[in-house]
Amino acid sequence: MKGRVWKYGDDVNTDVIFAGKYTYVVSEPSEMAAHALEDLDPSFAKEVKPGDVIVAGRNFGCGSSREQAVLCLKAAGVAAVIAESFVRIYFRNCVNSGLPPIRCPEAVRALEAGDVVEIDLRNGRILSEKGEFSFPPFSGEVRAILEAGGLLPYTRRYLGLE
Amino acid sequence: MAGMTFAQKALAAAAGRERVEVGEILFVEPDVCLSHDNSAAIIKTFGSMGAERVRYPERTAIFLDHCVPAADERYAANHKRIREFVAEQGIVHFHDVNRGVCHQVLAEQGLARPGGIVAGSDSHTTTAGAFGAFAAGIGRTEAASIWATGRLWFRVPEALSIELAGEFPPGVGAKDLALKIIGDIGADGALYMSVEFSGPAAAGLSVSERMLLANMGAEMGAKNAYLPPDEKVERFLEGRPEPYESRPLFPDEDAEYARRLRYDLSEIEPGLACPHTVANYAPVREKAGTRIHQALIGTCTNGRIEDLRAAAEVLRGRKVARGVRLLVFPASSEVYMQALKEGLMEVFLAAGAVVMNPGCGPCLGAHEGVLAPGEVCISTANRNFKGRMGCKEAEIYLASPETVAASAVAGEIALPPAYGKEASREG
Ligand code: SF4
Repeated sequence: MKGRVWKYGDDVNTDVIFAGKYTYVVSEPSEMAAHALEDLDPSFAKEVKPGDVIVAGRNFGCGSSREQAVLCLKAAGVAAVIAESFVRIYFRNCVNSGLPPIRCPEAVRALEAGDVVEIDLRNGRILSEKGEFSFPPFSGEVRAILEAGGLLPYTRRYLGLE
Repeated sequence: MAGMTFAQKALAAAAGRERVEVGEILFVEPDVCLSHDNSAAIIKTFGSMGAERVRYPERTAIFLDHCVPAADERYAANHKRIREFVAEQGIVHFHDVNRGVCHQVLAEQGLARPGGIVAGSDSHTTTAGAFGAFAAGIGRTEAASIWATGRLWFRVPEALSIELAGEFPPGVGAKDLALKIIGDIGADGALYMSVEFSGPAAAGLSVSERMLLANMGAEMGAKNAYLPPDEKVERFLEGRPEPYESRPLFPDEDAEYARRLRYDLSEIEPGLACPHTVANYAPVREKAGTRIHQALIGTCTNGRIEDLRAAAEVLRGRKVARGVRLLVFPASSEVYMQALKEGLMEVFLAAGAVVMNPGCGPCLGAHEGVLAPGEVCISTANRNFKGRMGCKEAEIYLASPETVAASAVAGEIALPPAYGKEASREG
């Protein structure tokens, strides 16, 4: 996958990713995407393209455990989040929703907004004009969850239903 | 090579490995999957996965506790659906509305055991770590996936070591310690981490106190909490069902911890979590005199027999202050029965308390005992977020059963009577 970088700082919380006031009123994926990162970067939802990548600092996804904070990015077409570190629940929600959460501090330090990156999930590599970065590849089964598009479709496949 | 923490050992054992490293992701088959009233939602997801049979009905535990008996038609319909599912699937560990809070009943049914892997669709699943189990909260989709496949992925967490020494002063206990720790390290002080207690004083704690510490681990952001299992745990489990074998595990002495803390229990004093976060710590003495309207004793944090005894000790021969409601609800029917035998219920009723049925009661504001705007409640629960007890304009303080009972009598936040007195050494 190949896409442009959207760069943010440390402690991006679930409220700025998807505001609490929408949690119970917005549930359609396209509508969710329209509010993604609204309070952090109003231009994001308008200009994001499928395959784009979010690059951020430490503690990405802190705050509540709301799954919409992952789903809205996925609905917006985001292909992966690269961060220095993730909050546990957010990390879990990412894997379970099929949005790769990639921990790679070197890439975070080097990459800037607008850079074009290509991610090789299988081999744990990020390619860009700023250089090549590696991260520990996801284990076979977690990769299978990510490739299936999340835990729900993965479970269907595991049960032999797909 | 450094030794392994408890979390590393437990996950390695479950994955059939010699050794695992922090950050590794493993698939394991939990010994128990816990869920409660939210099972109705899990059943829906289970259905949309296309699953038909629960893989391990004997490892599935469902407790109706959050809103029991049902407060309205919607809850009643959910409970009905869950009962039907339990019958269809032959779920072995099902406990209906009469039994009590999931984390307490899980322990009483012998489902929390040394070395066991407990995955629960509730954030306070960490409680089972009091028995030396690896117990972590999971999401609803994850619970549905465990039902369908019997397995789930876990990331091996970093660990925080908390060493305990010394003895509590009179009138001070595990709740005061937990509130102090959370105040010190913050609500995210143990984010991602396995919180592993150790030290001579950890061994001195009762099973009930250990359950409290493991329970409050969730409020530090912990993935799981752990206290080393010993003969106290064995004694607790004696004569209870044995759904799977105990496999006691202990961290290595040279295990690598991300952070180490040490607390001397003799320096702890009665404490509070002030509105509206659990990390908003203050000593009781600083807030003494704050007027209260409701006092609550119970929940998975402080609804055990030891807690009821401590509260009854303060309330015996006294009356709840005018204008204050005191609600007492035991964590389980087993606790209720024991309290009856010991005459504690008489003490509560004579003091003017409302004694309620076992369960979550007013803890999450789903029904019963909700607050009105402008009211102040002092509670033994584990959360005081805005709106937690059903009203956004109310304030909740968290404290120990002794402090809550003393405050109910005083009509304002008050120190437990035993505090500041010399420990009685006789007997
Ligand atoms: S008593 Fe409160 S904290 Fe415990 S399980 Fe019930 S709602 Fe959750």
